[in-house]
Amino acid sequence: MAVRLRESGRAGRVSAPPSGHADPRVAFEAAKLGLWTFLATEVLLFGALFTAYTVFRLKYPALFQSEHLKLNRVLGTLNTLVLITSSLSVVLGVDAIRRGKARLLERYYGVTVLLGAVFLCVKYIEWTEEFRHGLYPGTNIFFSLYFMMTGLHGIHVILGMGVLAYVVVLSRRGRFSEGYHTPVEIAGLYWHFVDLVWIYLLPLLYLIG
Amino acid sequence: MEHVEEEPGSGRGYLAERGWRSWAYTMDHKRIGVMYLYTTIAFFFIGGIFALLLRLELLSPQAKYFSDHTYNVFFTLHGAMMIFLFIIPAIPSGLGNFFIPMHIGARDVAFPRINLASYWVFVAGFLVVIGSLVSPMDTGWTFYTPYSAKTGAAVATLSFGIFLIGMSSILTGLNFIVTIHKLRAPGMTWHRLPLFIWGMYATSIIQVVATPVVGVTFLLLAMERLFGVAFFDPAKGGDPVLFQHFFWFYSHPVVYVMILPAMGIISEVIPVFSRKPIFGYSAIAYSSLAIAFLGFLVWGHHMFTSGMSPLANEIFSFMTFFVAVPTAVKVFNWIATLYKGSITFESPMLYALTFIFLFAVGGLTGPFLGALSTDVQLHDTYFVVAHFHYTMMGGTVMGFFAGLHYWFPKMTGKMLNEKIARIAWALIFIGFNVTFFTMFITGFEGMPRRYAEYLPKFHVENVISSVGSAILAVGIAVMFWNFLQGLRKGPPAPGNPWRALTLEWQTPSPPITENFPEIPVVTGWPYGYGNPEGPAA
Amino acid sequence: MGKVSAFGAASAQAARVDAVFLMILVIGVFFFFLTQGILIYFAVKYRRRLPERDNETPAITGSPLLEFLWILIPSLVVVVIFYYGWRVYTDQRISVAGATEVYVNARQWLYEIKYPDGRTAINEIRVPAGKPVKFILSASDVIHGFYLPDFRVKMDMIPGRVTTLWVQPDRPGRYQIYCTVYCGTGHSNMLAQLIVMPPDAYAAWVSHGEGEAGGEKEHEPLAVLGERVAKNAGCLNCHAIGGAAKIGHDWKGLFGSNVLLEGGKTVTADEEYLRESIVDPGAKVVKGFPNVMPTYKTTLSKEDIDAVVAYLKTLQ
Repeated sequence: MAVRLRESGRAGRVSAPPSGHADPRVAFEAAKLGLWTFLATEVLLFGALFTAYTVFRLKYPALFQSEHLKLNRVLGTLNTLVLITSSLSVVLGVDAIRRGKARLLERYYGVTVLLGAVFLCVKYIEWTEEFRHGLYPGTNIFFSLYFMMTGLHGIHVILGMGVLAYVVVLSRRGRFSEGYHTPVEIAGLYWHFVDLVWIYLLPLLYLIG
Repeated sequence: MEHVEEEPGSGRGYLAERGWRSWAYTMDHKRIGVMYLYTTIAFFFIGGIFALLLRLELLSPQAKYFSDHTYNVFFTLHGAMMIFLFIIPAIPSGLGNFFIPMHIGARDVAFPRINLASYWVFVAGFLVVIGSLVSPMDTGWTFYTPYSAKTGAAVATLSFGIFLIGMSSILTGLNFIVTIHKLRAPGMTWHRLPLFIWGMYATSIIQVVATPVVGVTFLLLAMERLFGVAFFDPAKGGDPVLFQHFFWFYSHPVVYVMILPAMGIISEVIPVFSRKPIFGYSAIAYSSLAIAFLGFLVWGHHMFTSGMSPLANEIFSFMTFFVAVPTAVKVFNWIATLYKGSITFESPMLYALTFIFLFAVGGLTGPFLGALSTDVQLHDTYFVVAHFHYTMMGGTVMGFFAGLHYWFPKMTGKMLNEKIARIAWALIFIGFNVTFFTMFITGFEGMPRRYAEYLPKFHVENVISSVGSAILAVGIAVMFWNFLQGLRKGPPAPGNPWRALTLEWQTPSPPITENFPEIPVVTGWPYGYGNPEGPAA
Repeated sequence: MGKVSAFGAASAQAARVDAVFLMILVIGVFFFFLTQGILIYFAVKYRRRLPERDNETPAITGSPLLEFLWILIPSLVVVVIFYYGWRVYTDQRISVAGATEVYVNARQWLYEIKYPDGRTAINEIRVPAGKPVKFILSASDVIHGFYLPDFRVKMDMIPGRVTTLWVQPDRPGRYQIYCTVYCGTGHSNMLAQLIVMPPDAYAAWVSHGEGEAGGEKEHEPLAVLGERVAKNAGCLNCHAIGGAAKIGHDWKGLFGSNVLLEGGKTVTADEEYLRESIVDPGAKVVKGFPNVMPTYKTTLSKEDIDAVVAYLKTLQ
């Protein structure tokens, strides 16, 4: 019942890769598990804010009712459409590289980055409009939540755009193929997550029934 | 990396490379672990100096050496540095980084680049923390609002620093989870994992799940100070108690981030020095997971006097008691491991037994604070200070010391002077108990914590604690002096001085950069000591 | 209880807390000596005698029965400890009838005391012996603590809400009060005294204004002030005090009653509920009443609200 090491003379077939894992299959699985673990972290990050939202909405239903009407629903809905479209182009990009079409991947991911920028511009217009009406993060609980949640989400959009842009650069250098495109999938999955957070934010902030 | 060209198994130790670049850019988990150890031990010293300054001031009931404000800054920095910069990262990021891949028979962690990034994010974090000292914090390490939102100190800066340290902690935890899942050597099944790995696995899960919540909390606190965000501000309808909920949702589970890896070390050391298989392997392994899980359900026991509803208090109290059960199981199993062993008392074993002894005191004083009526009495008094120093210092730090003595030969390739190690141990043991056992009495008599000045009736107790702290400090100084001597002129260590069976000992000391000449194939569990055909129980 | 009062408990309730303490202590000491005794016994008995016999230790890897036992026994023990800790606690938390009320407001770094009859004091609370005392706690700036070690109780004082705590002092004397929640530079000097007076001395103090309390100003009882505030603020336009129903809930007998809310929940109309309903009327709307009351958050000061609640208490 002891640990026995194979003597080096009659060692197993496992050769000595230079780093933790040279086997690409293991690398892919590790990357995927790593991303899912990371997304768990992200869920908890937003989870704290959603918890605060629940606590305060139960405490001040009237405040939430009156304040949410001050948000611009049209722009909120527009941004939702922008993000859903961007997720679609991510799906198409991943599909493209699975078929080995790197140029197509770059185009689709480029579109996604552009749509991310559109989203941020619309957000910028919304925020400035709110500031003009004297609505600041310190105005009341509702706007504290609104600015924190959309702000934190905005930072994630910026990070996501950076990651996708980096994937495009790598693809330009010919790094990806049908056989190997782990970073493409990982980046895409992350973008879907960012999109998903917005899908929750929209009804909670703009569309309180 | 440089080592790619090298012939695998050429036997060059991981320390062979010289020059600062070979450290700053290294992706070798062992070197990153060593960098973490040096950094965290440095903060252990700084935090310790603050502790001694506190004890110095408390020699007198009235402010004598420092103003009240200075005292408040000192206990804040003592707590914040010991928790965020020493005890959370020391075992997981230091010893964990070094030994997780070696224990499971891997060449490195799953994401060496992220591992290095995590170290440098940690460095950035502590630099920001140090930057915040221009206007030093006086809030206590718990940052309770509204005080932390109002005080003149650089709370936003410090919050950001701790946010970065949290990110580093998440990245490390993530790396370890993936490493343990995906990079185990052939034959290293889950039930053949050393128990240190089980402890680290449970710890990593807590790091990944709990840390983001405290990240957001500190972000909200910083935003409150910068932009008047209203979450915790009662004047704007916010709730200061919500801050406490968020804070303890992280900070309670994180005490298990501190203790579980230490328990893992104890589970490694005891079988080796008793020459016996670990008693109840599965119970110890799964109790780590149970503690990690239950740890998420009990944060409210820090808030029994915060005006929560009695029902909430009762639920939190009830859940709290069930954390005691898996903890007790571990202690019983360690003691049972000694039964009919062939026990030797080298310094790692001394610290491991000390861990059991001191942790028993810490653990058995827990029920006073878990039971509602006695907690209402003892909360925020020195009783609590004594309790958590017995668990954190008597537990985690003793586990850390056990680990340092146990793995010193492996990490450095040098042996320690055993005689000096034992002198240091004796001083630490005496000093620790004199300092902290007295605090149980001080607390029961009603002295609240975080008091720069106190009523004369607590004078004697405080003087005893201060004297104890001086003995403790001397003991720790002797211990580290011994480490330095060992590093400089210790005799070369053999590959396996303790005749242990885990994989890291089957390599030369210090290990080669690739850890193993060839990936080992594991055919049994790591606790096969003794004679399988020997006399039965 | 002779042994228990050796700890110096100042009330019967505190003696019960001491009994729980003692019980946990006995259990703890027992298990400590049991486990550490076995540890030391094993360490001595099984120390290595012959190095060559190292490999002859028995390969014991566990014992399902033993492990089951030491999961079961601690589980039972902790349930017992929980139970007693909880029982004594619930008795502390239920409100008592006929208590002397004292309003205590904390600010950096002192306690402001206010009695229902309008007297005020700083850092010194006088109460009669043998009668329950209820502290109604609030804070102006940051969180503070209110700790009475001789009575084994404490409660946090939180800005923006009201917490309560009661004790029944049996013996006259001076008892120390400490702030236990860290509140800044002066935290360790934020001390106060609870002076428990024999009932007749207390009565004399109340009628003669002996001691620091009172001051030169003629003081107005809180409930009287509350009545005036309620009239001026227009509360009585919507709230009846007995008699025909108006738009709002009848105030007669409201304090301390159980109120059925919109959505089916029930709350007790205590200090915190009434304060919340004045500041934020929409938070807990009573079933059957429209949600039309405006907030008095900016119109009434904290002192005014305390007074109105004190007035409500008189309307039984």
